[in-house]
Amino acid sequence: MSGYWDPHIERMPLEDLHALQEDRLKSVVRYVYDHSAFYRQRFKEAGVEPGDIRTLADVSKLPFTRKVDLRDNYPTGMFSAPKSQVVRYHVSSGTTGKPTVVGYTKGDIETWSESLARALTSIGLDSDDVVQVGYGYGLFTGGLGLHYGAERIGAAVLPVGTGNTERQIELMQDLGTTAIACTPSYFLHIMEVAEKMGISIKKDTQLKAGIFGAEPWSLETRKRIEEATGINAYDIYGTSEISGPLFTECHVKKGIHVWADMFLIEVLDPKTDEPVADGETGELVFTTLHKFALPLIRYRIGDLTIMNSEPCECGRTHPRIMRILGRTDDMLIIRGINVFPSQVESVLMDIPEVGDHWEILVDRKGPLDMMTVRVELTSAGFSDKIGDLMKLRKKISKELKGVLNIAAEVDLVEPGTIPRSMGKAKRVTDNRKV
Amino acid sequence: MTEIKQISLFVENRPGRTAKVAKTLSDAGVNIRALTIAEAGDFGVIRMVLDDPEKGYKVLKENAFTVSMTDVLAVEMKDTPGGLYEIVNTLGQNSVNVDYAYAFVTAKAQRAMLILRVDDIAKARRVLGEKNVKIATKEEIQAI
Repeated sequence: MSGYWDPHIERMPLEDLHALQEDRLKSVVRYVYDHSAFYRQRFKEAGVEPGDIRTLADVSKLPFTRKVDLRDNYPTGMFSAPKSQVVRYHVSSGTTGKPTVVGYTKGDIETWSESLARALTSIGLDSDDVVQVGYGYGLFTGGLGLHYGAERIGAAVLPVGTGNTERQIELMQDLGTTAIACTPSYFLHIMEVAEKMGISIKKDTQLKAGIFGAEPWSLETRKRIEEATGINAYDIYGTSEISGPLFTECHVKKGIHVWADMFLIEVLDPKTDEPVADGETGELVFTTLHKFALPLIRYRIGDLTIMNSEPCECGRTHPRIMRILGRTDDMLIIRGINVFPSQVESVLMDIPEVGDHWEILVDRKGPLDMMTVRVELTSAGFSDKIGDLMKLRKKISKELKGVLNIAAEVDLVEPGTIPRSMGKAKRVTDNRKV
Repeated sequence: MTEIKQISLFVENRPGRTAKVAKTLSDAGVNIRALTIAEAGDFGVIRMVLDDPEKGYKVLKENAFTVSMTDVLAVEMKDTPGGLYEIVNTLGQNSVNVDYAYAFVTAKAQRAMLILRVDDIAKARRVLGEKNVKIATKEEIQAI
C-alpha cells in the first residue's frame, strides 16, 4: 500500500473538487480571453464571452482547439504568457507536417512536476527509489518530464535517455535501479538484450516497476512484461500539448488518474461532440485549468478512451481514463474498416508462439488494400513440421480477423529481423499511394 | 538408447540465409552429415543431422537462429529396389506415421541412410528391429 503525495487534493470530495474546477475554469477562460488574440477571435466566432461560463457544464459552449491550430499559429501564436515569463520550450517532431511548439512558465513546470510526483507516489515510489529515465531528453517532453517528477519525490534519477542498451542494463545493475520509465517497445528490447547478456531482470536486478507510455500498448503486452521480469508495469499518459507525460495508473492498475485540479476532461462522441457516458468509448478532450504559458481550451488530442468518474479503490477521487485505445492519427483505414495498431498488438501478444516484436505493412494491390502482419516466431513456438507452421499462421490470421473484421496476411519471420526501436516504435508502414 | 538429435531451423526464404547457417556451423567446426530444406513460400525449415548436435544447437542459438532439436531415427536401407518399401511398409502396417524422411549415402557406408521422424519412435524402433532393419546409433552417425 502506497501513500499519497498530496492527500488533501488527491482525496478531495467530489463536490469540492468540482467547485475547484469550476473556479479554475472561469479563471482560465478569462485569462486566455484577456491574453491571447487567438482565443479572443475564436470566442468571438463561437459567440461566447468569459461571462457566459458560470458552471462546469458551460464548458460545452466553448470552441474546440486542435493540433492544426498549434501548427497554423507556429511557433508561439497560441501562447497566452509573454516571452519574459516563458522558461522552457519543447517541440514535438513534425512527422505529418510542421512541428508544434509548447512553452512553460516557471509555475507550469511546477504543476507538471507535481502531477508526476503524485503519479509516481501512487505506484509506490519514494525517495528510496532509483528511477532510470529511458525516455529521450531534449525537445521531446518524455525525458525531462519524468526527470523533474522523480526528483520532486526525492528519488535518485538516472538520466540515461534512449539507446546504449547494454550500458543501460549495466547501470541498472550497478546503481540498483528500482523503476524504469521508457516506451514499452524499448523495454521489450531491453529485455531481449539483457537475455543475450545472460542477465535476468527478475533475479539480477532490483527493478520493481516500469512506467511505460508515449505509444499505445496492450494489456497483453503488460502481462508478458510482468511475467517475464517480475516487475509491475504501469501505463503513463500525457502528450506534449498539455505539458508532456502527466498521469499514470496507481498501484491498483484500474485506469489512469487525471488530476482534476489541473485538467478538465471530457470524453465526447466524435460524431456528435456530445459527452458519452462513463464506460463508453469516446474522444478525449482536455481543458487545462492551471497552465499559463500555453493554456488549451477544449483541446482535441485525438485519443480514444473510456472514462470512469467513480472514485478509485486507492482512495483518489479524480477521474480515470482507461488504456488509450489509439490516437485517431494512428488509425488505419483498410478497405473502409478502422484498424488500430493497438488491436493488432492485443491479438498478437496473446499468442505464445509470437515474439514481442511485430509490424504492419499496408499495400494496395489493384483496387484492394492488403494488410500484412509480420511477426517473429519464438523458439518455443517453432515446430519443425511445416504443417504446424502453416497452422500457426492460419490461427494468427483467424484471430486477427475475429478482432479486426478484415483479413490479414501473416508472415512468420526470424527473431531479430523486425527493427527495434529506442523511442516510439514504428509499427506501421503504409505503402499505399493515394 | 540415446536417440539421434536432428537440428531444425526456421529460416526466412531470402538470399544468404542458408549460407549464414552453413558459415555458423563451419566456423564452429561442426560437420553436416545430412541436410534437407522444406520450403513453404516465404519461409522454410532446414533439417540437419550433425556430427556434434549439442555444439551445433548452441552456436546456432547464439547466432539468434530459431532452432530446435528433434529425436529422429537413422535407418540403414538396402541400396536396391524395394529398400525403402520394406521400411515404410513395416511402419505403416504397425500404424506408425512418418512425419517426414530424407536419405543420404555416405562414402564409408555400403548402404543408404534414411532419416525418419515418426510419431512413435519407440514403436518404430521395435517393429523395424523385428524385421532385422539396422538402426544406426548416435555414435555411428558421429563416426561416419
